[in-house]
Amino acid sequence: MIEKLNKLFESRVRLGIMAVLAVNDWVDHARLKELLGVTDGNLASHLSALEEAKYVQVRKRFVGKRPNTSYKATAAGGRAFREHLDAIEGLLPKH
Amino acid sequence: MTQNQPHEELARIRGLMDRSTRFLSLSGLSGVIAGVLGLGGAAVARWYMDQNAVVSSNPMTYDAQVLADTYWTHVTVLAGIACAVLVLAVAGAFWFTLRRSRRTGQSLWDASARRLAINLALPLAAGGVFCLALLWHGLPGLVAPATLLFYGLALLNASKYTLDEIRWLGLSEVLLGLVASFWIGAGLFFWALGFGVLHIFYGSLMYLRHERSATSTTEA
Repeated sequence: MIEKLNKLFESRVRLGIMAVLAVNDWVDHARLKELLGVTDGNLASHLSALEEAKYVQVRKRFVGKRPNTSYKATAAGGRAFREHLDAIEGLLPKH
Repeated sequence: MTQNQPHEELARIRGLMDRSTRFLSLSGLSGVIAGVLGLGGAAVARWYMDQNAVVSSNPMTYDAQVLADTYWTHVTVLAGIACAVLVLAVAGAFWFTLRRSRRTGQSLWDASARRLAINLALPLAAGGVFCLALLWHGLPGLVAPATLLFYGLALLNASKYTLDEIRWLGLSEVLLGLVASFWIGAGLFFWALGFGVLHIFYGSLMYLRHERSATSTTEA
């Protein structure tokens, strides 16, 4: 059962990012930071790992004069997240 | 590592998903219909006030209005018009949002909808009671600015849980309410602007941004 757990989601931050993106459309950097309570650098490195795995897609644009980066889960990312959740649930003792 | 406490991990994930969910089914069309009804209501109110000459010669002094035995009649009629507009607007908002939530697949009454409703209702209820107090004390001129202010603050409060446009609508209503506080006597005009024009403007914006594009990209 343990083998089914996704290695990429061993980090609490990455799993948290996927949890937020699973139930939202585009979410920007500042809101992710606020929800997860992590630093900018920490969040950025985890996001780029997820981006590399094609689990999230990135959108950069300007809101007024300020750059704004938003993230969204890809179909593959959403699937991987759900499979990981199922795997965690599989670890729970059956009632 | 996470595998050691699957219970806690699941609870954390559930909490995150729950807290971050916004109510996105709010339809822009509900804003447009509310705006049209608001303008209609303002026109009826204007007509009633012209017919009955409900205009104080000096809007800053209310004693004369209160002493007039027609005060409560006028207040009741105007409040009745406002209530009719409110009931119709809420029904319209409900209908368009129900239609939209069927399309997006988001439940109409989930945790995010409840959070939105409570955060909107609390400041609104406080404002409603405050406006009754204003009428009671014979200060009808302050009712329009007060409704705009409390409505704007309620929207601002609720905007964290729904579409971003609601925040801007709330800020605009607050600003308008503040301006109206210094322009007593023009309450109906500001009312038409705040509940009519602003609703139509932001409602159309929400519709164009979220609903038209959403129908064209659903197949993705």
